[in-house]
Amino acid sequence: MSIGDALDRWPVFRQLREGDPLGLGRAARSERSRVLKPRNDEADHVVQSVCPYCAVGCGQLVYVKGGEVTHIEGDPASPISRGRLCPKGQASKSYVQSPLREYKVKYRRPHATAWEELELDEAMEMIAQRVVDTRAANWQAETEKGDPANRTLAIGNLGGATLDNEENYLIKKLCFALGIVQVENQARI
Amino acid sequence: MGSNMAENHPVGFQWVMEARERGARIFHVDPRFTRTSAMCTDWIRIRAGSDIAFLGGVVNYILGHERWFDEYVKHYTNAPVIIDEEFQDTEDLDGFFSGWDPEKGKYDVSTWQYAGMEAHGAAGQREEGFEPTKGEGSGHGGHSGGLEHGEPPEEDPTLQHPRCVFQLLKKHFARYTPELVAETCGCSVEQFVDYCEAICEASGRERTGAFCYAVGWTQHTVGVQYIRTATIIQQLLGNIGRPGGGILALRGHASIQGSTDIPTLYNILPGYLPMPHTETYGDFESYMEANTSPTGFWGNFKSYWVSLMKAYFGEHATPRNDWLFKHLPRIDDDNSAYWTALQMLDGTVKGYIIAGENPAVGNTNSRLHRLALAKLDWLVVRDVVEIESASFWYDSPEIESGELVTGDIATEVFFLPAAAHTEKDGSFTNTQRLLQFHWQATEPKGDCRSDLWFYFHLGRLIKQKLADSEEERDTLIKALRWDYPTHSAIQEPDAESVLQEVSGREVETGVFLDGYTSLKDDGSTLCGCWIYSGCFKDGINQTARKKPLWEQDYVAAEWAWAWPDNRRLLYNRASADPDGKPWSERKKYVWWDAEKGEWTGLDTPDFEKDKEPGYVPPDDAEAQDAIAGDHPFIMQADGRAWLFVPHGLEDGPLPTHYEPQESPFENSLYSQRANPRRQQFERPENPYAAPGSEVYPYVATTYRLTEHHTAGGMTRTVPYLSELQPAMFCEVSPELAKETGLEHGGWATIYSARTAIEARVLVTDRIPPLEVQGRRVHQIGLPYHWGTRGLTTGDAANDLDHIALDPNVHIQESKAFSVGIVPGRRPRGPALPRFVEELRKRAG
Amino acid sequence: MLDSYGTEAQERVGFFTDTSVCIGCKACEVACKEWNLVPEDGLVWTGESYDNTSELGANTWRHVAFVEQNEPLHGDREVDALRWLMSSDVCKHCTHAACLDVCPTGSLFRTEFGTVVVQEDICNGCGYCVPACPFGVIDKRHLPRRDAPALPLITKQEDGRVWKCTLCYDRLKGGHEPACAKACPTESIQFGPLDDLRERADERLAKLQAEDWNGARLYGRDPDDGVGGFGAFFLLLDEPEVYGLPPDPVVTTRDLPGMYRSAAIAAGAVVLGVVAAFVGGSR
Repeated sequence: MSIGDALDRWPVFRQLREGDPLGLGRAARSERSRVLKPRNDEADHVVQSVCPYCAVGCGQLVYVKGGEVTHIEGDPASPISRGRLCPKGQASKSYVQSPLREYKVKYRRPHATAWEELELDEAMEMIAQRVVDTRAANWQAETEKGDPANRTLAIGNLGGATLDNEENYLIKKLCFALGIVQVENQARI
Repeated sequence: MGSNMAENHPVGFQWVMEARERGARIFHVDPRFTRTSAMCTDWIRIRAGSDIAFLGGVVNYILGHERWFDEYVKHYTNAPVIIDEEFQDTEDLDGFFSGWDPEKGKYDVSTWQYAGMEAHGAAGQREEGFEPTKGEGSGHGGHSGGLEHGEPPEEDPTLQHPRCVFQLLKKHFARYTPELVAETCGCSVEQFVDYCEAICEASGRERTGAFCYAVGWTQHTVGVQYIRTATIIQQLLGNIGRPGGGILALRGHASIQGSTDIPTLYNILPGYLPMPHTETYGDFESYMEANTSPTGFWGNFKSYWVSLMKAYFGEHATPRNDWLFKHLPRIDDDNSAYWTALQMLDGTVKGYIIAGENPAVGNTNSRLHRLALAKLDWLVVRDVVEIESASFWYDSPEIESGELVTGDIATEVFFLPAAAHTEKDGSFTNTQRLLQFHWQATEPKGDCRSDLWFYFHLGRLIKQKLADSEEERDTLIKALRWDYPTHSAIQEPDAESVLQEVSGREVETGVFLDGYTSLKDDGSTLCGCWIYSGCFKDGINQTARKKPLWEQDYVAAEWAWAWPDNRRLLYNRASADPDGKPWSERKKYVWWDAEKGEWTGLDTPDFEKDKEPGYVPPDDAEAQDAIAGDHPFIMQADGRAWLFVPHGLEDGPLPTHYEPQESPFENSLYSQRANPRRQQFERPENPYAAPGSEVYPYVATTYRLTEHHTAGGMTRTVPYLSELQPAMFCEVSPELAKETGLEHGGWATIYSARTAIEARVLVTDRIPPLEVQGRRVHQIGLPYHWGTRGLTTGDAANDLDHIALDPNVHIQESKAFSVGIVPGRRPRGPALPRFVEELRKRAG
Repeated sequence: MLDSYGTEAQERVGFFTDTSVCIGCKACEVACKEWNLVPEDGLVWTGESYDNTSELGANTWRHVAFVEQNEPLHGDREVDALRWLMSSDVCKHCTHAACLDVCPTGSLFRTEFGTVVVQEDICNGCGYCVPACPFGVIDKRHLPRRDAPALPLITKQEDGRVWKCTLCYDRLKGGHEPACAKACPTESIQFGPLDDLRERADERLAKLQAEDWNGARLYGRDPDDGVGGFGAFFLLLDEPEVYGLPPDPVVTTRDLPGMYRSAAIAAGAVVLGVVAAFVGGSR
């Protein structure tokens, strides 16, 4: 360390040199404060997204670093929201990183008193089999009056208003082809 | 009205605040003084469940004071049309319209028709209540039928004929005087008249006004008619299809509009095409006939239908096999979510998949839903957190009360963690019909997957299992086009490829379609949702357009994509006068450019580009060609907005004030108390309180808070939101608190005929008592976000509410029902059902 | 003090919080916590209208107050005369900031934007600043010690340091507006150069007065008040006390220069005395 540097680290010297005799301004500024940058500026990339809560459809900017969301704020380019967000929209990062978020499949056997673990692939296989079996066992080709029915009333699907259009499209398409007619979502509530 | 916009759509509310700052009068008509009321220039308190009386009073005021926008009404609405001579009004039949069948509990709508014909509903024939009607012979057959040149057979342009719509309207609402409104709703005559004057001023060439509503209107046994009353007002004032006008639905979920357009709903297919019905349509021809309107854009129904079948089943759907029609599943009158829950309770529904919804908290009579879930063989719940609908078998209130025992519940439950919006590509359709694409920001962790992934792979596995099936029932699943490309390590389906199918292509060439007018009925085009056709026009994801607002005009046509055809304002031809000129320079939006011979303006004109204002359809015209050049409402068979609805509604061609299912009052207008056509489900799990019950004397209403979202799965789990509203509470007036001994900050037990819940007590002047029919009535406010799980927990308000539905859309009445209240916490364990039962006995 | 930054000095910036358009949504509270990673601080239902935050503190740098009144918003209408005042409170970034004056470590400092910021790498938690603040803004953070972080967001479990609004110092340095102002749906929280804000506030007040709003007034706008004017000032619709704000805040170190002068004189006397004693003693 040169003498100059050493002097620079000495607050009294800085206070005098920087015209800040009381040490309340620049002289008091720490190195961390001097180089401080908003973490948004250090993001690997920024994604234009849409708020997942209500149907106003506010624009969001999702900042990502190291594969993690580091911040979400309003997208000023949106003519709907002009960069603003409500408390829910503004809490979107905390929502996607909620301490209660689940990352593993959970399985409860009939009559069981606790969850157990299950591999995702196995769960998918089991669910597909349940659909196939329940449908076959409860197929209604015709109504009691003899009108065509081509359906099962033993399976239902609920939800869609929080999902994407593409997801809703696949749900309805698949259920329709399977004769599952009880497909419903939050539009009814 | 029917909305608490500042609290539930705060960012959308910035535009309302801007209007206020520019001098607009903003009224909030609501039972509670909310954060919205606090921001409005005026607040008018009314009793929950009395909005039709209020709005009907406005209709009467407009008609009585000659304040309608005459030119608009005469040209753009069905005011001049003459109605069938056998039609009788609720004024004639004491609360019923003609055609009521007490045995079936339904209306025969044949007397509601235009004299001399049968008009078609906007979205084709409805699945329900469809009875052959006397006008049918002339109204069907793919010809112009009863509509000559798209014009109703009998009209009176002077609006004087006693059976013309205008005169019927006058008669129907004549008794909705300011005094009756005040007596029924609990507001003052002066406030009401002030409101009427203000609303009448927001009309004419220079000015417009808008209604904003939300589920405060829809969640009633007569909810659709609430909105209908507003449409009558806006038609009379000339406020539809014009900038600054409209009836704006403020929807509450990110893509609730999208999930209705591309429906996860039982009764429709994408683009509001009706599902085939067990009784109504035997074969393809009868289905086509019933749904193809001879005139208007529904005249192209077959193109929409065939293109959907091609998107679903590809080469398997051919003209020879009627596009597989005989294999298609059929619905009954009601296979809606509430009906399904009741079937579950009865054991006929065995398996259930829930994706991003929480009926154990969010649906009315939530207790019934939890009991129903416990009857399933298997249940799949997909969500980002473990919601109450997944955990009911070990932590529901019924486990606590002993009504359910974990070990006795045979339901097999799969909980699959879902990906969040930042972890997948896809589009939401917002409340303005705007499709906005959002891009994936990060990979989902662990087992989290998008619903696109789940349903795609589920379908793939099922198709594999049934690939060799010879069963007839497996025809469709084998024929299903299910070949979406996947990417990344988890084999995520490509969301854009799905959107491309939704938008539509030519079958042979794969060329992207420009829009729904390119759709063909011969199988040469495929399109997953005709109203979304063109959202991938030119191979470009139009929904992902993000041109900043500062580079566009206020319409912002290059931000995302609105259906249909990127139109931001529907029926915008009405923003010009019958001659095609803007009503005024100030309200200029879309107009006829005579020199170029086309419609032009700030938005995509919602009219055929080259159809001149003076166009008169030739006698043999069909579909849109049968709509005259001065009729902006091109989806209607007659091109006009309907003041009177001859077809398409279950409970009447005109809105009528009815009391809620549960109400302390008789109907001030008719001896028929409630909507006679409402859906009721009287059963032990869903008892109703008798009207005027003294055990349940107060009007309860449920709502949301800014700080939470619906059933709470996305907010009770977030620390920063939970701390802002950390407990279930109820809102009561100081007077009610005094009357019942409630202490501010203490606890209250609120009970209905269904069950009892507890809540902290917030005593506030913001929910004042009202004078109704000469009696004082108290209202109790209940936010409905809480359940047994999350960072903040509490009893679910929806446990209190019953299932009684609007007959048109099967929506429950959660905005007005009857309760009682006492101080202190609710009984626990088995004492709770005993407490509820004792009250029920006392009520008789 | 801004002078000390030389060419680095920026125009003094601040907030103008216009409560006449505040919808009480609390987006500011959440935006602040999200950006600054401020911990959640308890799930306490207060029954104080819709305010469950109660006050500013180490873990609350924006606080929306809710006041229900049986008075009309404008004029003297009597029917259903209710109003619900909402106001988002924040550190005032005083022109004469006592917290800054008393900080012995140099943690609190005046930034190049004229704002008052605690430097978390310097603060040792002595707490002198806490009673110095006339608004009760600045506060020590006491986090329960836990084995594992309950909130993955919050990495710092140690503490005892003081925390308050930084006016998003890091964002300012990157050229972004503070998180709360950016989120605010109705522009109740306006950010900008203080001089512009004062001008805007004067115009706004004149408009509201012309429109017959009851009780409209500016709070903290006056550079001659007890703290030399706020860097973050307000348009209120009632007396400051109604919102829980001191009516006439005075910098608690106002008398310090005088006290130092007296102390210096006294110290000088002591020195003289000591010197005299030594001188005398050597005799």
